[in-house]
Amino acid sequence: MPTKPAGTLYRGREGMWSWVGHRITGVVIFFFLLVHVLDTSLVRVSPEAYTAVIGAYKNPLMALGETGLVAAIVFHAFNGLRIIAVDFWKKGAKYQRQMLWTVLALWVVVMVGFSIRHLSLALGGH
Amino acid sequence: MTATIDSPRSGKNSPQYRRTGASRGNFEMLAWLFMRLSGVVLVVLIFGHLFVNLLVGEGIHAIDFGFVAGKWADPFWQIWDLAMLWLAMLHGTNGVRTIINDYAEKDSTRLWLKIVLYAATTVIIVLGTLVIFTFNPCPVVDGVPLPGGFCPA
Repeated sequence: MPTKPAGTLYRGREGMWSWVGHRITGVVIFFFLLVHVLDTSLVRVSPEAYTAVIGAYKNPLMALGETGLVAAIVFHAFNGLRIIAVDFWKKGAKYQRQMLWTVLALWVVVMVGFSIRHLSLALGGH
Repeated sequence: MTATIDSPRSGKNSPQYRRTGASRGNFEMLAWLFMRLSGVVLVVLIFGHLFVNLLVGEGIHAIDFGFVAGKWADPFWQIWDLAMLWLAMLHGTNGVRTIINDYAEKDSTRLWLKIVLYAATTVIIVLGTLVIFTFNPCPVVDGVPLPGGFCPA
């Protein structure tokens, strides 16, 4: 049965959207982690099995996927440190907005650097 | 004359509002604390993992069986990856548990989702731990040892 529409606690703006972003990136990273442990476990099956599966990952589509995954991880990491600051730093709640924009600025810097390096390695001839 | 009126929601008058007593103890507080402590450690472990595996040397092209074998021939990387496995899986499992509690409204749905979650977590942690510790970095395939500078001649 659908629940009755009620007032909402969702307030929008930086506080809510960073929370939404943290949830979504967290779930994405968790499901990747399950698969990542399984594929790495193939080293225990045979060298050929592992190298074959990893070889199948080495294509341009996966290179973009890896970049997206790292983007999710870097956001989750920096925003996680912001959450810790909000919880433990006396002025954390007061400056949570400024800290989110700092998180996003650092995220852009790190991702520009990572993308240039990773995509030139992954997409460049070898 | 003054009359004293008890707080209407004190435990004495309204047992349903009692905030102490038969509770789940400190579990939720400890889970909250664990997320913050493991989070800080995971930032270091995962950034190091990504840097060494993707950004150094030939990056992703270098990753094959020999690359993994070379790392796990060294106890330093065994411990690094073991800590990353356990902390990331427990951190992620607790995060997904929170999300299940938030969005699954039926008791039975929450129960089943959590059973599936905890089963998956257990399988992945046990599997990953066994792989790290039972792995042989110098296998002999068809009587021929695989090349590896870290293997005994």
